[in-house]
Amino acid sequence: MDKILTITKKELKSSFDSPIAYIIIILFLIVTGWFFTNTLFPNGLVSMRGVFENIIVHLVFLIFAAAISMRTFSEEMKSGTIELLLTKPIKDFDIVMGKYLSALILVIFTFIPTIIYVLSFKIFALGPLDLGSIFGAYLGLILMSGLYISIGIFISSMTENQVIAFIGSFLIILLLFLLNKILIFVPTAFVSTFEYLSSDYHFTNIAKGVIDTRDIIYYLSGIVIMLLLTKTSLQSRKW
Amino acid sequence: MAIKLEKLTKYYGSQAAVKEISFEVNTGEIVGFLGPNGAGKSTTLKMITTFLTPTSGKIFIDNLNTEDDSLEVRKKIGYLPEQNPLYPDMNVLDYLEYSAELQGIPKAQINDSVKRMVKVCGLSDVRYKDIGELSKGFKQRVGLAQAMIHNPELLLLDEPTSGLDPNQILEIRKLIKDLGKHKTVILSTHILQEVQAVCDRIIIINRGEIVADNTSEDLHKKFKTQFNVNVIVKRDPKIGKEKLTAELEAIQNVEKVKVIAEEDTWKIELSTSKEKDLREDIAKKMMSLNLVLLELHQKETSLEDIFRNLTMN
Repeated sequence: MDKILTITKKELKSSFDSPIAYIIIILFLIVTGWFFTNTLFPNGLVSMRGVFENIIVHLVFLIFAAAISMRTFSEEMKSGTIELLLTKPIKDFDIVMGKYLSALILVIFTFIPTIIYVLSFKIFALGPLDLGSIFGAYLGLILMSGLYISIGIFISSMTENQVIAFIGSFLIILLLFLLNKILIFVPTAFVSTFEYLSSDYHFTNIAKGVIDTRDIIYYLSGIVIMLLLTKTSLQSRKW
Repeated sequence: MAIKLEKLTKYYGSQAAVKEISFEVNTGEIVGFLGPNGAGKSTTLKMITTFLTPTSGKIFIDNLNTEDDSLEVRKKIGYLPEQNPLYPDMNVLDYLEYSAELQGIPKAQINDSVKRMVKVCGLSDVRYKDIGELSKGFKQRVGLAQAMIHNPELLLLDEPTSGLDPNQILEIRKLIKDLGKHKTVILSTHILQEVQAVCDRIIIINRGEIVADNTSEDLHKKFKTQFNVNVIVKRDPKIGKEKLTAELEAIQNVEKVKVIAEEDTWKIELSTSKEKDLREDIAKKMMSLNLVLLELHQKETSLEDIFRNLTMN
């Protein structure tokens, strides 16, 4: 466990040492801020759903998740430091966990400033707050980004090219996000499967403030599968 | 800390990188692992570090097996990979601390370990600098410091001096030799002087197979079949080239004689058929011919010659 945190700490430090993390965070805030105010004033709608269920916010978020996870393993494979890391007395899965946690923390860090929007409801007494749905939205965001990042890390562990890692993971998580939006083109027999696999479908459920174990299991099982696949991909060097 | 390789084989696809290599290294030995590029040196080291798994064969470190006791084995190994990969955006102290933590050094001792390595590897002037800003020589020292931070019993160095300037090479070699006094070291290189300067024992590998495994002196003895002697004498108009050649060929054990006429001198290249020092006989012969001897130099078969012989077929 100590070693997982050692890796997490090191990864976070190098993320915050470079300007990219700040640029991404600022961009995310600009986009969410725009949609927050944009839906707030014309409609007088007092909810965060206008922000977190907006498709453009989601697209920005997809790019963001792919960008954070692309460097996790690709960079070390390119520079050769992966060889040092994998010959230290630390389990391969712990390395994966360390990197995964750092990416997840970075994403959560990006949401934190959006709490300002929630507080502004309170401060300016804009209307009654649906705390259930707000809590749900944040929980959903964390779970969803957890899934996206686990996919991004898996892709990153398969290539030393960061651009390929970015494009690959972006396309996969985009597909996952779009699955429930193409249901009209899908044969009826597969509709429920497509819906179940869609990341947005489960997010929408949770963001309503209804926390259903099925939705939680969807995300958690996806994350575990992806992390195990990442470990296998690291070990494939030995095959 | 003894290492034992048993019939180690590694295939990359259908191509064999290492074929049935077996050898043992005892505690305290500095072994030079020598071979042309692509001979299988790095692959062998990577298998010892547990980074790669052998296709067949086993590696024992003390009594631990690299496959079954992988994590335990890694604790005992300090490894400097080829090209010395580092994180350019970390500073030296942070990096050493990070390495120490990953090695599992207890928190209370990390500071001391880092300080010790900074001192031993001469890094105190650059300890707050980012690794990316350092010269190649300093980067190499950081690589070595990282490899030794947990005071490993076994040090594996893959081409530790490649890309350094001559002064840096000497420094790094001295460092390795000093450190090697208390550790088992395997040093892979294709630079022959390095092996001669640093190692007690030489293992030459070619196309995945061991072609020689000896101490430096034994290797010389084993492969030394002839001496080459260069002689320069003052030219005497009374003695012609043919006569001189014939006179020299008359000396016992002389195999080949080549006489080259230069402005005022004869330059003579002799080779002997057996491992026998003929300098005395040659000098006497010159005196009997009344030739003034200007230079007499005997060359031993060099490690380069041995290496070329073993790996060029």
